[in-house]
Amino acid sequence: MLIHANPKRFMDLSGRLLPYFSGVAGFLLVLGLYLALFVAPKDYQQSETVRIMFVHVPAALMTTFVYAFMAVASIVGLAWKHPVADMAAKAAAPIGACFAVLMLATGALWGQPMWGTWWVWDARLTSALVQLFLYIGYIALWEAIDEPTRAARAAAILAIVGVINIPIIKFSVEWWNTLHQPASLAKLDGPSIDPSFLWPLLIMMAGYVMFFATLVLLRTRTEILNRRMRSLHMAQVRVGEQVKSYG
Amino acid sequence: MKRKNRRLAFIISSVGLLSIASLLVLSALRDSIVFFYTPSDLLSREIEPDKPIRVGGLVVTGSVVHTEEGRVEFKITDTENAVQIHFNGLLPDLFREGQGVVAQGTMLDTGDFEASQVLAKHDETYMPPEVAEALKEKGYWQQQENK
Repeated sequence: MLIHANPKRFMDLSGRLLPYFSGVAGFLLVLGLYLALFVAPKDYQQSETVRIMFVHVPAALMTTFVYAFMAVASIVGLAWKHPVADMAAKAAAPIGACFAVLMLATGALWGQPMWGTWWVWDARLTSALVQLFLYIGYIALWEAIDEPTRAARAAAILAIVGVINIPIIKFSVEWWNTLHQPASLAKLDGPSIDPSFLWPLLIMMAGYVMFFATLVLLRTRTEILNRRMRSLHMAQVRVGEQVKSYG
Repeated sequence: MKRKNRRLAFIISSVGLLSIASLLVLSALRDSIVFFYTPSDLLSREIEPDKPIRVGGLVVTGSVVHTEEGRVEFKITDTENAVQIHFNGLLPDLFREGQGVVAQGTMLDTGDFEASQVLAKHDETYMPPEVAEALKEKGYWQQQENK
């Protein structure tokens, strides 16, 4: 990763990877959605409502995964001063926020028929909502500070501090009693989910990860190009002023 | 130590300190973060009457009574203690005997619980109906079936 921290090298490599990433993401998402919506059986308790899970669970996974990605990129950005790491963290934030919104929305849609309520303030749901606020705060911080290196530093500190919420989300269902059910997948005695649900779910998860990889590469490239444009523009202005002062 | 290593060490130790601090806060707040009390909790702690609380547990088999006025009476248990619930309202689809539920409401002077809302808890098991049937036939089924 560090070798590619040079923006020029990053542009070359990401440009070559992008078509493959987007192709794989598209293939996995189409296949996963087809399996989830048409092939997977009904659940013995939830009936057809179980299909919401195939969109909700990967979105929840990505909500935490994207934030962890941002925190790692922020540490690299802070400690090694690599500009591409800062830009990757910045590029990932809105994507993570969208996953968080998707997670909360699909969770509410599932909660209404199953639990009998759209929303409760239990530890899992509340910590998941806090995660969305962390994303929004991170984005706002970048927007609030004009100078990129200072903005990057402030936002990186927020990202690293906020990473504490991730184990809280993960273990909230074990540390406290909650309305939300405990984990089905990451269990010591193996997943308590039938293979006919597990496979579509795993394919959806892989699809979400590749979708994120595609978007974050694309958005980091855009950020690099934007900065190049800005410095070109500034250089132009400077030359223009010099010409004026000589003339 | 090089500067970048010093920065890295500083970041890592700050995160470590911060995690310890939040762990302490969370364990201090333990009682307020739980979503519901169990019937045993109700016995072991002082609960003010009229203060809204939630109590959760499994619906006791054979305890569900639908009265003519549209009220529902049932007991919930944590397998050690049980509490009688009175409820007047819509039950969620997943409500049935043996199912985990959370009732929101207040304690009555009689030690019973008057619920204003009943939520169903869903467990973490996902399986097709055929598999559930097969498990039941083999006797691996611990849950009461009341569909």
